[in-house]
Amino acid sequence: MIDLEDVTKRFGAEVAVDGVSLALAAGEFCALLGPSGAGKSTTLRLVNRMIEPDGGRILVDGIDIAGQDPVQLRRRLGYVIQSIGLLPHWTVAENVATVPRLLRWPAARIRERTDELLRLIGLEPSAYRSRRPGELSGGQQQRVGVARALAADPDVLLMDEPFGALDPVTRGTLQDEMAAIHAATRKTVLMVTHDVDEAMRLASRVVIMEGGRVVQNATPREVLSAPANAFVEQLVGGESASFRLLRIRKVTELVTAAPPGPGAPTIPATANLDAALARMLARGVEALAVVNGDGTVAGTLRLSDVVRHD
Amino acid sequence: MSSATTDPRDRIHLGGVATSLAVLVALIVAMPLTAPLFHWLFPTLDRPVYVRASFLTLTLDHLALVAGASVPMIIVGIAGGIFVTRPAGREFAGVIDTITAVGQTFPPAAVLALAVPVVGYGAAPALVALFAYGILPVLDNTIAGLRSIPPAALDAATGMGFTAAGRLWRIELPLAAPVIVAGIRTSVAIAIGTATIGSTVGALTLGSPIIEGLSGSNTAYVLQGALLVAALAIAVDRLFAALDGWLRARAQ
Repeated sequence: MIDLEDVTKRFGAEVAVDGVSLALAAGEFCALLGPSGAGKSTTLRLVNRMIEPDGGRILVDGIDIAGQDPVQLRRRLGYVIQSIGLLPHWTVAENVATVPRLLRWPAARIRERTDELLRLIGLEPSAYRSRRPGELSGGQQQRVGVARALAADPDVLLMDEPFGALDPVTRGTLQDEMAAIHAATRKTVLMVTHDVDEAMRLASRVVIMEGGRVVQNATPREVLSAPANAFVEQLVGGESASFRLLRIRKVTELVTAAPPGPGAPTIPATANLDAALARMLARGVEALAVVNGDGTVAGTLRLSDVVRHD
Repeated sequence: MSSATTDPRDRIHLGGVATSLAVLVALIVAMPLTAPLFHWLFPTLDRPVYVRASFLTLTLDHLALVAGASVPMIIVGIAGGIFVTRPAGREFAGVIDTITAVGQTFPPAAVLALAVPVVGYGAAPALVALFAYGILPVLDNTIAGLRSIPPAALDAATGMGFTAAGRLWRIELPLAAPVIVAGIRTSVAIAIGTATIGSTVGALTLGSPIIEGLSGSNTAYVLQGALLVAALAIAVDRLFAALDGWLRARAQ
């Protein structure tokens, strides 16, 4: 869906993006992860031609974007930025409807789509449709920012640190909502972040950048369990990357068929291993009974399996 | 929208417009009837009320002169402000700012004196002087208004696929409008006052009784002209205040 082929961008003498190649399949959620100045945002903005490359090619849906009208290209790519950038003189509904209005959808269809999206992001249309952005909290504003990016049903979402300016609780909530939206819509997402946990939580693929280059391009699990070099290892937290790994691994991966001992604390089969380990620590046990959604016992989870490397 | 019309601030704005217009009309209508009053105030004057032209004619001519200078001034000022805030015009910002600042540095009387040999006597030199003197606030406020727009809003707008013209028309100008209107308000207020000296070079304005009164030691004429200019300036200013209130209510 998105292909970068040896893309380079210089700002004066400084090389911001240095020979980056990247192939994103449709439906992938890709996080560009790295410190400030690594070239993540520049890479993202090359995709919707907010910045023009000095070398290399970028293809969206198999077509070189260099030959496309940037205005038409951008209307096909949802765009969410950290500072949100809602238009203060427009209502929430008008903001959400920005791209459909640019595409001259009929008014009835716009209204229907706007209400649908406001419900998707948890803002009741009758209460929020006519409000101004200034009347919303930061979290609500960024929800509207996401809805706006989704409005014309683009195949691709470009997100530049979308939750970076929010408080931790709101950020977590929006990350969960984003994961649900991605699961429901299967958009191809390219998201810039410097938050390792955010990348691991949301992305199906993590591209780690340093000094304008890609230093690792792998699944979250691979990045955490096999960092490509010392920089990545440090970025993901050294030995404490193990905690991050538990957070994205499922109880179902390690459950054994053996029946749990009597009185063993339970853990839902849908839980992640960090929750399971936390329960073992809290209860002072080395085994948990794994239970399915219907209450039946699926098996046993042992501490030794959680700790062991395979 | 329905809540906007019941906003008490709007009622005050519209009340101010109505009151100031009523005062202006009353002065125009009543001025010829005030001969006994001015005779009582200035018993030595033979003609206590200006009669060379009706106060209605003076007011309308005055307004026409102000409008004739303000319309091109607003168009050129806004266009210039837009131009120097575009990527193509950015390098001209300093030059244009200098030219307009010089325009405002020259006293209007000096501009009048310089313009007469070129365009002759009458309304033409007054138009030149008002235009040159008033363009700076419009230009400066247009630039300030356009530059005050949150960069994130512009980045998001561009990233969503606004054309440059669409972005200017639907986002930048509406958001900058209150600041631009404030500049126009300042310029027009200056123009209404400054237009009076147009009478020194033959333009018919509310300055005519003032100039004639000054040269003929007729304080009554000066008072009559000054009262009407003040009333006119206040009425126009109240109109702009109402426009400003409406724009700000819309932009919030």
